[in-house]
Amino acid sequence: MSTQVTPVVSPDRHRDERPPSGRGFGSLGGRRSLTGWIFLLPAALLILVMNFWPMFQAFILSLQTGRGAQLSFAEPLWFNYERLLADQTFWMTLRTTLLYLVIQVPIMLAVALVLANILNNPRLRFKGMWRTAIFLPCAVSLVSYALVFRTMFATDGLVNDVLTGINLIDAPINWLGQTHTAQFVIIIGLLWRWTGYNMVFYLAGLQNIDHSTVEAAKVDGANAAKTFWYVTLPQLKPMILLTAIMSTNGTIQLFDESYNLTAGGPAYTSMSVSHYLYEVSFVQNPNFGYAAAISYVILVIVALLAAIQLKVGDKRD
Amino acid sequence: MTRRSLRSLPSLVFLTLAALASVFPLYFMVVSATNTSQDVLGSRLLPGGQLVDNLNKLLAAQDLGAAMWNSTLNAVGTTVLALLVCSIAGYGFEVFHSRNKDRLMGVLLLAMMIPFAATMIPLFRMFADFGLTSTTIAVILPAISVPFVILLFRQAARSFPHEIVEAARIDGLRELGIFLRIFIPTMRSTYAAAAVVIFMTAWNNFLWPKVILINEAFQTMPMLISNLTSGYVTDYGVLMLAVLLTSLPTMVLFLVLQRAFAQGITGAIK
Repeated sequence: MSTQVTPVVSPDRHRDERPPSGRGFGSLGGRRSLTGWIFLLPAALLILVMNFWPMFQAFILSLQTGRGAQLSFAEPLWFNYERLLADQTFWMTLRTTLLYLVIQVPIMLAVALVLANILNNPRLRFKGMWRTAIFLPCAVSLVSYALVFRTMFATDGLVNDVLTGINLIDAPINWLGQTHTAQFVIIIGLLWRWTGYNMVFYLAGLQNIDHSTVEAAKVDGANAAKTFWYVTLPQLKPMILLTAIMSTNGTIQLFDESYNLTAGGPAYTSMSVSHYLYEVSFVQNPNFGYAAAISYVILVIVALLAAIQLKVGDKRD
Repeated sequence: MTRRSLRSLPSLVFLTLAALASVFPLYFMVVSATNTSQDVLGSRLLPGGQLVDNLNKLLAAQDLGAAMWNSTLNAVGTTVLALLVCSIAGYGFEVFHSRNKDRLMGVLLLAMMIPFAATMIPLFRMFADFGLTSTTIAVILPAISVPFVILLFRQAARSFPHEIVEAARIDGLRELGIFLRIFIPTMRSTYAAAAVVIFMTAWNNFLWPKVILINEAFQTMPMLISNLTSGYVTDYGVLMLAVLLTSLPTMVLFLVLQRAFAQGITGAIK
């Protein structure tokens, strides 16, 4: 490969016009193409073995029953899925997870959009400071912040002290011991941790917006809100779609907060479906076959929601 | 005040509230690490003198050094290997671009949509079959090849002047040499961006290490702090100190390389 003659590639590097380097270059190109495949090999193999193969295995597993390593195909094959339909705890954790999703994601994305728009204002001072502050929660792990929130929302903790101090409540609230307040704390936690993260995506998107369109709207007499709604927002649509899919995907897979902030309690009512999956897999009586069936439901939901969002995102053109 | 700044007052208030809300829990974490458990619950918001006491209690209860070492080994190992594997793939996809490689990239990107939940149990069984539970390699291996990072490097390779590749080929450099000696040094900022994101993700990872690291001697920092709450009585001062120690490396990294981090999470989509 080191003894190459002048390559016959046009200097014009416009991506779509560039010929695929594997074709039409004789043995030189063929060899080079092989090199290209070798470059991809480790990454592709790892994704095959660490992602696609286990995903396939999980499906096979979901058709099996038994304890530990003693697994055999179920009678009927879909036994685990049948059991799933009757599993009240599974449905409850799934409903709770979807509740987190529909409440938290829209609020978070809206707040992130507003914050990005404020930060994008050229007249705003100390931009770096504001940005760092709002982005900062991304620097701590999910377990860390879950434990900080758990401490702040302890019954004899800070939040109750403040609320009783300003006479908003008479008696301390048992935040983590009641269903709705526990769910509320998880949602607050998720908002805290991820709003800045999504804001950064919108800031990146805003930088790519053609500023002349915004100026034109202002010249035409549109106020700030109208300019934002009719000019800025449509141009951010791809970014909004992306963040919506990422956040949906992330929320469906919620585990760390459910495990560390509320421990799923009280009585499984704030538990996420991934946390339930973990319990079924590794806690009481580990049942890998049944757990795999649960994991496949999660997989299908993630795929379905992504497909729906892509569809909706496409239509609004 | 001019009319203009008056009109943006609500924005400024909103911004201030959002910034305070973002920073406060972290301030609370830092301050609480220096206070007793009673003071933490008593909502003391000023630094106290319990830092050393809390540290001694933490050291007595948990093998802090081991957890720090395990987390460092896992995160650094993941970062180095993921950078190598993903960057050479991203480079390969772009520089040796062909239709079939684009198809392959499309398939690999699908892996981003596979929830970890759906692969966790077979992965666990696979590593268990090879006798690899409680090993660093089992923690690292599933985190090395990340479609998102490959995409980031493919995007970066797109701005890598093709003329350089051509010139290097004329100079007789092998393809691997071009990648190692020209691409990597030129793309330092992309490597920094990817490294920050991969390191932070690996350091903070909880579920997979918890599943695969059965032997407590291998526990990572997030696992350690999670275990601190499992007793009957939680010492909140000690807990907040442990949480602070867990967060310190990623927080420092974030504050120093914030731009790189932002570029790392958004850079793949342009």
